[in-house]
Amino acid sequence: MPFGNTHNNFKLNFKVEEEYPDLTKHNNHMAKVLTKEMYGKLRDKQTPSGFTVDDVIQTGVDNPGHPFIMTVGCVAGDEESYEVFKDLFDPIIKDRHGGYKPTDKHATDLNFENLKGGDDLDPNYVLSSRVRTGRSIKGYTLPPHNSRGERRAIEKLSVEALTSLDGEFKGTYYPLKSMTDAEQDQLINDHFLFDKPVSPLLTCAGMARDWPDGRGIWHNDDKSFLVWVNEEDHLRVISMQKAGNMREVFRRFCVGLKRIEEIFQKHNHGFMWNEHLGYVLTCPSNLGTGLRGGVHVKLPKLSTHPKFDEILKRLRLQKRGTGGVDTASVGGVFDISNADRLGSSEVAQVQLVVDGVKLMVEMEKKLEKGESVDKMIPAQK
Amino acid sequence: MASNFSRMLWSKRSVGLLSLAGAGSLTAAVLLHRDRVSAGAPVRRSYPASAEYPDLRKHNNCMASHLTPAVYAKLCDKATPNGYTLDQAIQTGVDNPGHPFIKTVGMVAGDEETYEVFADLLDPIIKERHNGYDCRTMTHPTDLDSSKLHSGLFDERYVLSSRVRTGRSIRGLSLPPACTRAERREVERVVVDALAGLSADLAGKYYSLTQMTDKEQQQLIDDHFLFDKPVSPLLTCAGMARDWPDARGIWHNNEKTFLVWINEEDHTRVISMEKGGNMKRVFERFCRGLKEVERMIQEKGWEFMWSERLGYILTCPSNLGTGLRAGVHVNLPRLSKDPRFSKILDNLRLQKRGTGGVDTAAVGSTFDISNLDRLGLSEVQLVQTVVDGVNYLIECEKKLERGQDIKVPPSTKAN
Repeated sequence: MPFGNTHNNFKLNFKVEEEYPDLTKHNNHMAKVLTKEMYGKLRDKQTPSGFTVDDVIQTGVDNPGHPFIMTVGCVAGDEESYEVFKDLFDPIIKDRHGGYKPTDKHATDLNFENLKGGDDLDPNYVLSSRVRTGRSIKGYTLPPHNSRGERRAIEKLSVEALTSLDGEFKGTYYPLKSMTDAEQDQLINDHFLFDKPVSPLLTCAGMARDWPDGRGIWHNDDKSFLVWVNEEDHLRVISMQKAGNMREVFRRFCVGLKRIEEIFQKHNHGFMWNEHLGYVLTCPSNLGTGLRGGVHVKLPKLSTHPKFDEILKRLRLQKRGTGGVDTASVGGVFDISNADRLGSSEVAQVQLVVDGVKLMVEMEKKLEKGESVDKMIPAQK
Repeated sequence: MASNFSRMLWSKRSVGLLSLAGAGSLTAAVLLHRDRVSAGAPVRRSYPASAEYPDLRKHNNCMASHLTPAVYAKLCDKATPNGYTLDQAIQTGVDNPGHPFIKTVGMVAGDEETYEVFADLLDPIIKERHNGYDCRTMTHPTDLDSSKLHSGLFDERYVLSSRVRTGRSIRGLSLPPACTRAERREVERVVVDALAGLSADLAGKYYSLTQMTDKEQQQLIDDHFLFDKPVSPLLTCAGMARDWPDARGIWHNNEKTFLVWINEEDHTRVISMEKGGNMKRVFERFCRGLKEVERMIQEKGWEFMWSERLGYILTCPSNLGTGLRAGVHVNLPRLSKDPRFSKILDNLRLQKRGTGGVDTAAVGSTFDISNLDRLGLSEVQLVQTVVDGVNYLIECEKKLERGQDIKVPPSTKAN
């Protein structure tokens, strides 16, 4: 839980050894990197809004992690966190994002026309297509740190921006704290409604404070473009539809994002972005594009092939159950999405999904016919 | 002894040493008199109070009842000397709107000074929660002289076990919602050091949560001693589970009748208990153990947080005063089915809980019966209330067994 900025100097009365957390049983990126020396170096710093290293790491101290799943174990409280606590974030980013160096530059490409193909994924196998990302609004602190006043200001600005959209993006905002029962039921049935975070990874970082104040869901009338306001990030933007036209999903995603961004920029609150980290979000794992583009696809035979995980790895894809992260697959249907976020562009990441899924569906069809797929196994992308 | 702490606490300790007896000393109150506690540096804000004021329209807790926009505006840019703010103190009440039938307190203290700096909000909450106790004008009596307790030996055909618990905070160190890791570790060191000095029937051992073996853990579970990481959002939203299980642990005597929890919801929770109905002995051990621990920490220059107006100072305003809950597990198969049961308990100033503790249901007809009050009455008075009340309940049960009628006792509530 983030403390008021007056608490920070008080802690400096105690010695480093007395304050340094016990990370001996921990297994997350933060614990791997945060030595006592580094903690000692960073603990008298704070960002202009008063976020300290203890605020950054609290979630990682409280959640030691799992022997097989490596969580990040830290969050940013504002844009400046990534600068002020560079010594901590840089090695974590390198480890999490495939060796990404502090001097590397990230390419942003939201020109959907640069995507090749993607409109013909076989709907007999690909049940639905979806692209999501997050956006942070410059000039405000992030969900682990922001006050009620700030969160409400973010909501107000976001609603203004979203409700000014027209055409295919004309839609409605549903604030969590005043939606009717009927509205709530409809949003649940559409699989749009997000709930108060229960994961301790999020609650220990202070992201659920004051729930549901300042939180809400906006979606267009077509129910194909959806924005979450003030959940784990300022904005989570989702484009989706049934079947396999990923190209159309990505087009709407890019066009919608650009429209929204223009409106925010007019209010002098563009999105947080820089050359090195791309789009700046709360969790370091979402830096870069913050993009997860994926499909729900039926691969009952391929998924039981001994090389399935290896194929995914080479295609730079990851699998999840159809309930999302940390769920199991049901009936051979998997959520397949890009594994990368930072160091490659939006177009490149969606291209990997399009090409990879296309290949895997071909392999599935071959296996159905009883043929071997050994010659189709791809090289590492 | 950490020298950082020595320097910081010098002034507070020198005042504390003047009030060794711990009761009724004006000099101890001087440092904490409201006018003399200077608030810490003002909180840096970007938004006006009106933009920050929480939406409490669907809330039902004591904080929501008393935090008007005017009170919020007055207090929102203040902080205690250690930097604890109003927003932090009320966070748990904002995040947990409450229940239409159960009124929670909805705020906590991050340190002793919270009760002074935010008195404009806490004083009316204390008054509402503690039966009209006005801490601006009244004083709280502390009395740990167990020899004053009359009777206190229950009929063991009805009373299965007896227990008294309270909490104690170490003056000069922040409370669980606000403490840093260093402060929490210092609480552990100070208390474990003191407990190591206990002897005879109080001699015992400390089990740190970070270092206990699987075998020790299983034994503590079997003894029903082990406390777990808080899951109640009332506690987690207040920040009390941070850094778990660092500096948390359980101490108990070899006889398993005196138990201390360290750094759970309070710095310490002290429990005296035993099977059967000898509440007198339980209370005697409770008072003796507490006094011994207090003496031991005072030898090292520490003391408990205590003031004339609030008694023993704990994290939750509901535990101020004595912080004492004295209770029994008692079997009342007939009385518990009588429609007058709740009224009888009410008039006796007692409350019922299930045998799993707060928010549990009774199993069969065995209830946890304990005192309702905490502040404004002394430990001796409250335990006497439980003794007299439980004896009355047992008499009612016996009357019903014999087919006789029972009477609802007059209300003892002062108006």
